[in-house]
Amino acid sequence: MRAADVVTSAFRNAFRSRLRTSLTVLAIFIGAFTLSLTNGLGTGINRYIDDTVASVGVDDVMTVTKADEDAPADGGPAEYDPNRIAADGPPGTTTTALTDDDIETIADVDGVQAVEPVKEVSTDYVQHGDGDRYQLSVSQFVPGMKVELAAGAQVDLDAADPQVVLPESYLEPLALGSAADAVGQTVVLAVTDGTGTQVTTEAEVVGIAEPGVISMAGAVPNDALAQTLHDLQAEGVPAAQAARYAQASVTFDAAAGEEATEALRDRLADAGYTASTLQDQLGTITSVIDAIVLVLNGFAVIALVAAGIGIVNTLFMAVQERTREVGLMKAMGLSSARVFALFSIEAVVIGLVGSALGVLAAIGVGQLVGGVAGDLLANLPGLTLIAFDPVTVAAVVLGVMAIAFLAGTLPALRAARQDPISSLRYE
Amino acid sequence: MAPPLISVHDLHKTYGSGPGAFEALKGLDLDIAQGESLAIVGKSGSGKSTLMHLLALLDRPTSGSITLDGTDTSRLSAKQLNRTRNGAFGFVFQQFFLNAQASVLDNVTLPLKIAGVPRRERTARGLAALAQLELDDKAGNRANDLSGGQKQRVVIARALINRPRVIFADEPTGNLDTATGAVVEDILFDLNERQGINLVVVTHDEELASRCDRSLYIRDGRIARAEVAA
Repeated sequence: MRAADVVTSAFRNAFRSRLRTSLTVLAIFIGAFTLSLTNGLGTGINRYIDDTVASVGVDDVMTVTKADEDAPADGGPAEYDPNRIAADGPPGTTTTALTDDDIETIADVDGVQAVEPVKEVSTDYVQHGDGDRYQLSVSQFVPGMKVELAAGAQVDLDAADPQVVLPESYLEPLALGSAADAVGQTVVLAVTDGTGTQVTTEAEVVGIAEPGVISMAGAVPNDALAQTLHDLQAEGVPAAQAARYAQASVTFDAAAGEEATEALRDRLADAGYTASTLQDQLGTITSVIDAIVLVLNGFAVIALVAAGIGIVNTLFMAVQERTREVGLMKAMGLSSARVFALFSIEAVVIGLVGSALGVLAAIGVGQLVGGVAGDLLANLPGLTLIAFDPVTVAAVVLGVMAIAFLAGTLPALRAARQDPISSLRYE
Repeated sequence: MAPPLISVHDLHKTYGSGPGAFEALKGLDLDIAQGESLAIVGKSGSGKSTLMHLLALLDRPTSGSITLDGTDTSRLSAKQLNRTRNGAFGFVFQQFFLNAQASVLDNVTLPLKIAGVPRRERTARGLAALAQLELDDKAGNRANDLSGGQKQRVVIARALINRPRVIFADEPTGNLDTATGAVVEDILFDLNERQGINLVVVTHDEELASRCDRSLYIRDGRIARAEVAA
């Protein structure tokens, strides 16, 4: 028998007992549907996080701080260090400041391509025209970073004129109108200098940032603006105090691989600095989501195993029913291997139909849920709750077919071992 | 004289082993000439079905030899046995063993499908075989929709399709009324005479046996007597 004939016969045989096959297909369908949906959920959320990552930082930048050597291991109180300044992060977090010497030391570490101290700028307020004044935090923009924009463009780092990207939530308070209207307008930023005097500077709004899960809440300045603000702020501050940074951004060769990155981190640690990449910061979130998806997938796989037992059952019945037919075909010279193939492919067909329908239904439901979730989770723009990765979808279908094949081997073996004479006996 | 198509020497077949063993055939010698029609007659349990199964290479003897066309069949591999049964033999059983839901044509071409013949050729040869049995207008019908006599003709068409050397018929008319049974018998003997296909008919019907060139009466695993038709 030709391979093509084996496959078409298996296809036809699978649907000979329509109700029975349909019920088995339904069981597979439920398993494949659940598995696709949970996978889709994981893909969707992780993809969203990946997209948002680009707005937090870039792959080839490490955040370096001075290692906190005197944090006591036994949990007792730490000794006061006059070099401590307030660090980025929740109020109360402190870290040892980096000085210009530290920046030079870091630059000398092998593997560091560039180091840029993060200029701490704390603005007092932002104002548009004669309107009300609002508090605003300013974050530093790293080359390559992308903020998800509602309108306008990313800041031009090389531009000589001060530029800023404002969060969408500032549009209404500042009376900037729509996101599109706001682009091109000028806002006033105020800082307090070292002598306690409040000084202001102007910046052009070039873009409006969409709120994201992890993206910074503050405004994004270009270098010209950051420098201006920093200079204004440093006015009248003793020189020793001015050159202090909470952290520095180190650019490294991300393409060199995980090990090279790890080695660089070790070298920085030896020099007395703590470095963390974006992956470190996001790793926790993605691994929690992966773990949840894994658990959900576990349930779906249990459903699939149950469905696999359904296939075993269905095929045993089919083998029983077709005892004579199998006997006749073997009498007519069909080899045992072909008989095995006929029944195991029939199982694979059931798996294929069930999983294909399940995956299609999951994609359909994903679209529906995506529409509803878009309304419910309006705070998370750009989130596709359930996304489908072709590779994962194919893996689900192939995996189910593999389970079906395994389930089919037992009945198929029984059919293959049938003796034509006893199958054809009718006394 | 031409060498026999099938030559059987000292054939033994024992089922089971030890004290429960059952000796179905106790030493049998037989030559079947080319083109001969042979009836194997006996009561149930006489060993006639066992003999047919061994002749049809569906089972292997415990001892003794079966030579087909000068080849010792005990030396054939499972694959060669399958190929021989598929290419040289046709089977007609008392029960039809048709796939009820498949079309008549699909049922008839099953041996060709097993042999790996391409679909187009299968269809052409299937229609030709059906035409020979005046069933070509039923080619598209489901096998289940046919009468008993038509079904047995479909079975004969299926047995004929691979142009076999031997047709093994096990109680071919057992399930049919006298009139349709006679028609089926006529078809079988006509094939034997016109196309020189050997017939090996297993039956307990002496009337059918008497139409064969030779009748072997089997009792307790041995040939009790042989009758040659006049």
